Amino acid sequence: MYAQEVKSTGQGVKSLEEMEPDERAFQEKINAEIKIEPKDWMPEGYRKTLIRQISQHAHSEIVGQLPEGNWITRAPTLERKAILLAKVQDEAGHGLYLYCAAETLGISRDQMTEQLLSGKAKYSSIFNYPTLTWADIGAIGWLVDGAAIMNQVPLQRCSFGPYSRAMIRVCKEESFHQRQGYDIMMKLCDGTPEQKEMAQDALNRWWEPSLMMFGPPDGDSVHSAQSMAWGIKQNTNDELRQKFVDETVPQAEYLGLTVPDPDVKWNEDRGHYDFGELNWNEFYDVLKGNGPCNKERLDARRKAWDDGEWFRDGLMAHAKKREARKMAAE
Amino acid sequence: MAGDTDKLVRDLALRMGDNALILGQRVSAWCGHAPVLEEDIALANVALDLIGQTKLWLGLAADLGAGANADDVAFLRDARAFRNSLLVEQPNGDYGATLMRQFLFDAWHYPMLNGLKDSADARVAEIAEKSAKEAAYHLERSSDFVVRLGDGSDESRARMQDALDALYPFAGELTTPDETDDALAAAGLAPDLNALGEHYDAYLDRVLSEATLTAPEGAVRKGGKAGLHTEEMGHILADMQWLQRAYPGATW
Ligand SMILES: [Fe+2]
Ligand SMILES: [Fe+2]
Ligand SMILES: [Fe+2]
Repeated sequence: MYAQEVKSTGQGVKSLEEMEPDERAFQEKINAEIKIEPKDWMPEGYRKTLIRQISQHAHSEIVGQLPEGNWITRAPTLERKAILLAKVQDEAGHGLYLYCAAETLGISRDQMTEQLLSGKAKYSSIFNYPTLTWADIGAIGWLVDGAAIMNQVPLQRCSFGPYSRAMIRVCKEESFHQRQGYDIMMKLCDGTPEQKEMAQDALNRWWEPSLMMFGPPDGDSVHSAQSMAWGIKQNTNDELRQKFVDETVPQAEYLGLTVPDPDVKWNEDRGHYDFGELNWNEFYDVLKGNGPCNKERLDARRKAWDDGEWFRDGLMAHAKKREARKMAAE
Repeated sequence: MAGDTDKLVRDLALRMGDNALILGQRVSAWCGHAPVLEEDIALANVALDLIGQTKLWLGLAADLGAGANADDVAFLRDARAFRNSLLVEQPNGDYGATLMRQFLFDAWHYPMLNGLKDSADARVAEIAEKSAKEAAYHLERSSDFVVRLGDGSDESRARMQDALDALYPFAGELTTPDETDDALAAAGLAPDLNALGEHYDAYLDRVLSEATLTAPEGAVRKGGKAGLHTEEMGHILADMQWLQRAYPGATW
């Protein structure tokens, strides 16, 4: 998931006894791990939280095409070009399933697009960082898709049926992406000293932003408890972040790369890697719009939408003409 | 005589492969910037097919001495050695120009591949067999868009007519045979371009009239088959080959 700062709109977690019959039936379903489907009764807060979370996730997939798309025309081999094209295409596909899942909750794709382009809706801050070298394509696959999987695997069990089903499809593809990204890194690390340096530099730049993909520390995270009770969230941000660090540090070691955090150290007592404090000021700053590429990303999406208006209108005009001709012929 | 045949097949593979590569390169630049999400996905599909075909054609060219492997052929030749038509190197322009370029190419590409299925050279026939299905789908898609946008709104019609005016002069190169094309046809390695050209013109007439568009009169612009490209070509290569040139000998 790339929905890193979703504020749920619930008023604090109610007990079953405090609930009206509709809400109690709804909560009992969730507790019994029965999926909630679009036609089922649901609290307004649940609907709104999900719309926000799913649309943020969809927007992230869409904006996420841009940093990697930046390297398609410069990919180093025909095979890498094809793999990258297929990957970016998958991300567009993820965006599509997710918009469809959100639409079942009563919002249209056009409305969601409008919210993205006006800056009202957020997308994952990770995509506001630039891809400067080919190694960044490796690092994104390995770390960013890796973090996305870590976030999304639990969402396969999300209480909302359409989101859960979308995640099952998406996760399969994301794990391909991660392997392909790691493969790029391996090739660079086995390559010339310049290539290895490129790989290290990419890890240096993408490490912290990747850890921040899990969202703020649990203490600062708003309304997590309600999202957990609703079965929208299964793990806390810090749990997932720790899991990611535990999985990724050995992978970096295997590549012969150094994780850019001097505090990374195996902690025998905890059975986890310790790691240093992240710079959350930067996170909030990028979220506010001051990241290195926030402007470029939104400008690119607005340009695509504005430049495409005549195309969309032209197709509608044709459909109307065709309809009118059919009516006239009948 | 085997040497002559190999040289002809190599030339054919370079022409087919370079067309696929340069058009694939152009189309892939739309990723993330298309007018609707479904088009991002569809264009990536077209680009993927073309890059896949490039691997096959340039792999064959490499086997016949054009370079060490398909990647070297793609990334280490300079503009004068490229054999693609001028049409495919034309800039993306607006989405209408991209679709029109695709249509003018697909309308040649599909019957060409269909003809190549009967090539006297089994390697060529095999690649054509694999690629023709993809090209059939591309042609169906691009023809459909030309009709819908041509016979669409006033603006979409005007844009499609502008695109046709700008790109049509480059279309003739695809169906105008040169000595190599004649020798390929005579050896049964490739279809006769004159016959293919008649079919091409008839197909264009049919689709363009349904689209309420008119092909402009005027001279055919050609040269790509002989490596005489437009100025676009150097810029395409500067982008596409930059990494390979900046890190010579590296593997990726
Ligand atoms: Fe995702
Ligand atoms: Fe994705
Ligand atoms: Fe992905």
